[in-house]
Amino acid sequence: MSKVRQHPGQPSGQHPGQKPMQDPQHSPRLAPRQARTQEPDQEQAPLVDSNRWRRYRITFMTLFSKEVMRFSRIWVQTILPSAITTTLYFVIFGRLIGDRIGPMEGLPYIDFIVPGLVLMAVITNAYSNVVSSFYSSKFSRYIEELLVSPAPNWIILAGYVSGGVARGLTVGIVVMIVAAFFTSFSVHNLAVTLLILLLTAILFALGGFINAVYANSFDDISIVPTFILAPLTYLGGVFYSIDLLPEPWQTLSLANPILYMINAFRYGLLGVSDIPLGIAFSIIALFIAVLGAYSLSLLRRGVGIKQ
Amino acid sequence: MTALSVHRLNKTYRNGLQALQDVDLKVEAGDFFALLGPNGAGKSTLIGIVTSLVRKSGGRVEVFGHDLDRDPQAVRANIGVVPQEFNFNLFLPVIEVVLNQAGYFGVPRKEARERAEMLLRKLDLWDRRETEMRLLSGGMKRRLMIARALVHRPRLVILDEPTAGVDIEIRRAMWGFMREINAGGTTIILTTHYLEEAESLCRHLAIIDQGQIQARSNIASLLGELHAETFVLNLKGRLGELPEIGGFMLERIDESTLEVQIDREHTLNGLFEALSRNGIEVLSLRNKQNRLEKLFLDRVDAGRGREAGR
Repeated sequence: MSKVRQHPGQPSGQHPGQKPMQDPQHSPRLAPRQARTQEPDQEQAPLVDSNRWRRYRITFMTLFSKEVMRFSRIWVQTILPSAITTTLYFVIFGRLIGDRIGPMEGLPYIDFIVPGLVLMAVITNAYSNVVSSFYSSKFSRYIEELLVSPAPNWIILAGYVSGGVARGLTVGIVVMIVAAFFTSFSVHNLAVTLLILLLTAILFALGGFINAVYANSFDDISIVPTFILAPLTYLGGVFYSIDLLPEPWQTLSLANPILYMINAFRYGLLGVSDIPLGIAFSIIALFIAVLGAYSLSLLRRGVGIKQ
Repeated sequence: MTALSVHRLNKTYRNGLQALQDVDLKVEAGDFFALLGPNGAGKSTLIGIVTSLVRKSGGRVEVFGHDLDRDPQAVRANIGVVPQEFNFNLFLPVIEVVLNQAGYFGVPRKEARERAEMLLRKLDLWDRRETEMRLLSGGMKRRLMIARALVHRPRLVILDEPTAGVDIEIRRAMWGFMREINAGGTTIILTTHYLEEAESLCRHLAIIDQGQIQARSNIASLLGELHAETFVLNLKGRLGELPEIGGFMLERIDESTLEVQIDREHTLNGLFEALSRNGIEVLSLRNKQNRLEKLFLDRVDAGRGREAGR
């Protein structure tokens, strides 16, 4: 883009040759004839703020804060349900049934399920935040506000994904606070714990974005979470160690990407895992790269949003 | 300088509909330009392509010298668009809608707040700034779309039927505002079905139909092409026998209404003199049809006739 020559005293976004809008208190209404005698701007003026990265930051922060405001405003629908569901899981699976199951990988059962329940909440919320927000913007057509702006596709994607990540992490923290009332776990490796939380939220926020792009109705945004995400999460080792499974189910479980996330997160929190940490991180990074590239390609081609 | 240049623009939708066929169009910077056409003519497709909402099938679009294919960000930064249909998040307050749009264009928050206040005050929406969009009337939503389109101070504003469904008082106020924006140097492209709106506001126009530009002209010279105008006269008293007046075609509508067609060789003064001589007094008169409307229909019909003859 051309470099901007900002005129002294000229606000950003104001073009040389273009008169500033008048103050409403002091703007005489112009008669039509007068309007027609105005000269158009003579020179090709630079168009936008001189600092492209500053503009990108403003655009990103606008999108991010819009997304955070969206789920914060309706916290009863977005934050609270996960806290209630997790409490029920802890009461039923932890306290009532857990004592009969006995220890799992050397840990009390209620402690063992904490990482899976936290990550399940992160996955569900990161996904559903993006899928519902982006689909609503398509459905009500206010996605056009963004499409007509100079925001590049990667900023649009980053804005929506960061909103999903923010909700995923917020709910994850809430669930951990709930867990602290029922268990006495301590964080084994804080860096791994935080990194896995973040990467998982990013990955499923991207998944939610792709779902929203292809969705043609509100039914379409609930199909994937119900028929794909929930089964994969439950079969991803939230409630059990895959060592307990007979073959071929144990090998088949290795094809479930959520298994790697839950186990890596379990390592971060409790220090135990069915999967080597390096493999878990590699697989998560690979999925993020693939889904990220695919999301950008969808935006570039305008799939689902441009005619 | 050219604000918008469109060269051999084509658009064929997936269902095979060819919405635009080799459209060429130029709009000069500072112009107030009307893009007219019947429903389905291709206006919204053309606007959609220029504003990046519709993908073109072929051709070139330049906005202030920036090519849409090579530098789409610069093109979009120059344009503000008021779409035909409402496209808001209905649960956001008015002020948020404007501030978010400014943010998408990279306008710093503090500056965006100042601009939003100025625009909302001008468009008489400041008192409603905390009201959720869904609670606004249709006219308020239309005005808000204008505020939203202007908050990043675009050089080219595209108004796609901005006054549709708006009452006459608000429409007049919006006209004044648009003139003011144009007087400040902003190029405006207007599509409208109210042809008196185009006649009142615009300096140039293009008529598009069936995906092709049928006419492009200066409005004043186009109106000069009218060969005859028809007026409806309200008479004082009852009209007796229809008089014969040379040079004018008279038609009786009812006992107190007369329709008169006047060609360019004759004047209204001559008509009134002739009517007075015949004892007919006129209380008021009006154009039977908007002047631009007649030309518009003539051009569209002519274009369709040419198409049928091929």
